[in-house]
Parts: sequence; structure tokens; C-alpha cells
Amino acid sequence: MDAMQWLYSDIVLDHFKNPRNVFDPDEQFAYDAEGTVGNVKCGDQMMFMLRIGDDDVIRDVRWRTYGCASAIASTSMLSEVTKGLHIREAYNLKPEDIATRLGGLPDNKIHCSVLGDKALRAAIDAWLEKTGRAGLYRNEGATVICTCLNITDRDIETAVREGARNWEQLQERTKIGTVCGGCKVKGEALLHEYVHIFGEE
Amino acid sequence: MERRIVYMDYNATTPLHPLVRDAMAADLGVFANASSMHEAGRAAKARVDAARAEVAKLAGVPNPDELVFTSGGSESNNTVFATMFHLGRKGGRRKIVTTAIEHPCVINAASWLRDEGFPVVFLPVDASGRVDMEAAEREIDGDTLLVSVMSANNEIGTVEDIPALCRMAKAKGALFHTDATQSAGKVPVEAAAWGVDYLTLSAHKIYGPKGVGALYVRKGAPIEPLIRGGHQEHGHRAGTYNNIGILGFGLAARLALEDLEGRAARIRVMRNRLRDGIVERVPDVRVNGHATEVLPNTLNVSFPGAEGEAILLYLDLEGVQVSTGSACASGSLEPSHVLLATGVGPELAHGSIRFSLGSLTTNEDIDYVLEVLPPIIKRLRRMSTVSVA
Ligand SMILES: Cc1ncc(COP(=O)(O)O)c(C=O)c1O
Ligand code: FES
Repeated sequence: MDAMQWLYSDIVLDHFKNPRNVFDPDEQFAYDAEGTVGNVKCGDQMMFMLRIGDDDVIRDVRWRTYGCASAIASTSMLSEVTKGLHIREAYNLKPEDIATRLGGLPDNKIHCSVLGDKALRAAIDAWLEKTGRAGLYRNEGATVICTCLNITDRDIETAVREGARNWEQLQERTKIGTVCGGCKVKGEALLHEYVHIFGEE
Repeated sequence: MERRIVYMDYNATTPLHPLVRDAMAADLGVFANASSMHEAGRAAKARVDAARAEVAKLAGVPNPDELVFTSGGSESNNTVFATMFHLGRKGGRRKIVTTAIEHPCVINAASWLRDEGFPVVFLPVDASGRVDMEAAEREIDGDTLLVSVMSANNEIGTVEDIPALCRMAKAKGALFHTDATQSAGKVPVEAAAWGVDYLTLSAHKIYGPKGVGALYVRKGAPIEPLIRGGHQEHGHRAGTYNNIGILGFGLAARLALEDLEGRAARIRVMRNRLRDGIVERVPDVRVNGHATEVLPNTLNVSFPGAEGEAILLYLDLEGVQVSTGSACASGSLEPSHVLLATGVGPELAHGSIRFSLGSLTTNEDIDYVLEVLPPIIKRLRRMSTVSVA
């Protein structure tokens, strides 16, 4: 089909038509760590399975998703990029890198593509925990959101993963926005995004 | 090889009927302003009024003068709600009773009135999408200014009991509006027999042109213009007549009534075959909407474990054109408000697909969809995080 007629780039189309490294229920893929994020209620959920060597290099990857075309395509692309990477590099992959490799995504679809790298990070975190190094990379590549208290996007993500669901609960856990309050708009936007990604319950 | 295209999105819009296209094309050179007094103007006006008579028949009203031409269903619906705004501001009745499954143009117009301080109630529906009659009985009261209920739903096709709801409104002295945009040309529309005060129609859902519609306003029912200006349409709707669009609408309305029953029956047989075929070939599906009180052309199915936008786009790659209630397709985070109102739950709403059939649908089209759909669902379910029994 002519790419111009399609909603997405032809790279997206290719990955949508032929997703790489997608989990096959018949294959019995043995993996060392797994991470799942998202919520079917919100229309997207993602799972990453990693086979990792003793040298922390990702040897093989499988993923599954309940998600739209751009979730499928971006996770397929991410899985290609991830193979052969050290877990630290994989942990710091940015959703924008994936979107760029895909030839861009429509604005309202960027959200769908961030689930893949969140699931990948959750799987790497699970691996780190399993190997006694819990939280090792948590603050790498993080962006400071609350300058008064040096609270990063990763801190907000962690708080949501541990149960914070609204601004008050986020403040209880992180103290964000309790000095000048200037970070509230940005903080709330991130909170909203993470609550969507990490589920209602 | 010619790529096969199967259009099954007739509730979104329809192609022009070939006779409508020919008639409009033949009139492209007719440019006179239908409000002009000279001969050419009078001729143009006569054609507008001939079209009005056809549209009146489609609406089921004896008097064509009760029809106002608009730019479409959205404008007709908004005109009714704008009229309520003017009436309600003068004091007296203010309550608006509508339903949770209306088209966004009604939901958003009603929400606007709520923001302006009007009491607004969105009636719940049952699992099949029919309005909860007990709730209607309870909510329609002596303060109710307007009751607005669509005659058939665009997403799931459920047909509402308009005569009964209209009687309820009349018993309490309220005005009654129905959005018949999806009913027209598919099932009989009887504005006069039903006793409604206002009824909405749109040309592009009945093989007519886009950007033309009509509002039936019962003689004596209040009406305020949404668009102010010249004296067109008795001052109810200003703007130079869209002659060619109106001409196309008139002809489409006439054709829509020709053998309505026969065409509906033919389409119903194909819709049922598609429905039964999907249920037979795809495990664990849910057919949404009412089993019998439903538009003959509409089939809405949820596929648990598969996401709607992905289904839609895999179908699109096979040339099958449908729509979905998934949030991802609409760009919002909320899936279809209609399906949520029927209580299906977000998981099922995200995985819903609407097949809407029409005049060009063939039995081969049904066979083709039944061939390409099951592997798509199977494939998506195999890659899904949600396991389906
Ligand atoms: C039930 C219903 N009402 C109103 C409309 C809006 O009609 P139009 O596109 O002519 O503005 C539609 C079509 O999208 C519809 O399905
Ligand atoms: S920036 Fe967060 S409290 Fe000041």
C-alpha cells in the first residue's frame, strides 16, 4: 500500500505487519526477567521478557501487547534495538529514539509508544532485583522536575509504581511541590501519564 | 491485481447515489440565488421547495413548510439546544433530559447548557442500549423543558421507543426532539405520527451530499436561529441557499423511501449472516446492541483480548473499512461512551468494531470479511497480554 495513504510511516507499517520478536505461545521462550506495565482498562498493556547473560548483555527478547498499531510497531522496533545491548544502555533508551527510528509517530500516538520502554525498564529492574542490585539505574538519565527538592521524573514514576495515584499521595511519598510549588503543573502532568501507564489499582 | 475494497462504514457516511450525483452534476451551472426575485431566482427557489417536499416525506410530515434546511445533523441538533438556551433564560422550565448514548453533537450541546446553569440529565440505558424507561418516567417532570432522544444509535444501531418517550414528555408538557440521522433511509421515520416537536436529518447518511441536513420544527414549536442574517427559511436559518446540495438531498430522500422495506430486508439478511458467521468462526466474542430493535445494517462486536485500532488497521490492510470504539482510534483515553453506557466495561469497549452495511454491500463482501477477520483476531490474541479462554 502507498505509505501516503497510511496513517503512519512505512517503517511503522512494516513493523505492524511483521512484528519482530513478538512472543509466540507455542515457542516456550525461556527468560530471566519479565516486566509488565499498562492497563487493559486504558486500552494498552505491554509485557517484556528478557534473556540476559552473566555479562548483563541482553541476548534475546520477546514481548506481547494488548495495544494499538503504534504500540505494536514501536515495541517491535524497540525489541530489535534492545538485542545485544548492555542492560544499562537498554535502560536509558528514550522513547524519542524509537519514534525517530520509526520515521516519526503522530503526536497523539507518542503515548502508545512509551509503554514499550517502560515495560523494558520494568524487566531490567526485575533482573537487577533478582541479582541483588535493586534500583541500580533508577536515577540515571532522569530529568529534575522539582528543583527545590531535586525530585526527578524517575522518582515520580517510582512513587506511582509503588501506589501513589493522586497529587496528595505523590506528595506524601516524595514531598514534591512542597517548597515553592512551581513544579505542580509539570508534576501533575507526569503523574497523570504514569497513573495511566501503571494502572488504576 | 485489483485490490479488493470492502466498505463497511455506511454509518459514518455513504457514497452519493449515482442518480443523485448525476442530478447534482447536471445542476452545477445553476447559480441563481434562490432568494432572488427574477425568473432564474424563482426557478431555483422552486427546486429548493420541491426538494423540501421530498425531505418532508422522508421525515413523515405532511407539511413541507415545517422543514428548515441546515448544513447537516450537527447544526440541526445544535439549533434545538440553542433554542432551549433562549427559552430557558426567560425563566420557567429549564430542565433538559437526554441520554448517555447520544451523538457527540447532542452530548456536547447538552453539556454546554449544563455549564450555562441548566439542569441536565443524561438518562441511562440498559445492556442493549435501550433507554431506561423507569428513569425516564422519574426524570421527565413538570420542570422539563426538552426531552431529546436519538431514534437510533450510530455505534450500536439500537432503535429507541420514540413514541412512548414522546408521550411521556407530552404528558408533562415538555418539548420533544429526536435525532433521526441514522434512522432515515434504514427504518421508517414518522415525525408527525410520533408527535415530536423537532426531528433531525442529514443527507450524507442517505446517499446524499455532505454538508446538508434538515430540522423538522412542528408548527407552533419555538425556534431560534443559530445563524442570524437574511430571511431565508422564514428567518430560522440565514445564508444563501445551498441549491445543489439541497437538490441532492431531495432526490436522495425520495430514493431512500423507494422500497425501503425491501432494501432493509436485503441488508438485514447480509448483516445477520455476517453476525452469525463471526460468532461461529471467532471464539469468545460479544455482539453489542439490541438483538431485534436494531438498525438492519449495523453490527457492533467486541473481541476481548484484541485492541480495536489494531483490528481496524489490520482489516484496513486487507481492504476492509470499518470503525472502532477504541480510545486509541479517537485520540482520547476514553473508549466509546455508548458502549460504556451499556455497561460493557472498558476492556470490551476498547476491542469493539462496528460493521455498517449499505446499498453496495454484497454477499461476496460478507464472505470476504468472514475469511480475513478470524485470522486477524487470532493473531492479535496470540500476541496479547490478555489471555482469552
Ligand atoms: C446520530 C447522528 N447524529 C448527528 C450526526 C451528525 O451529522 P452531520 O455529519 O450531518 O453533522 C451523525 C453523523 O455523524 C450521527 O450519526
Ligand atoms: S520546584 Fe517543586 S517545590 Fe519548588
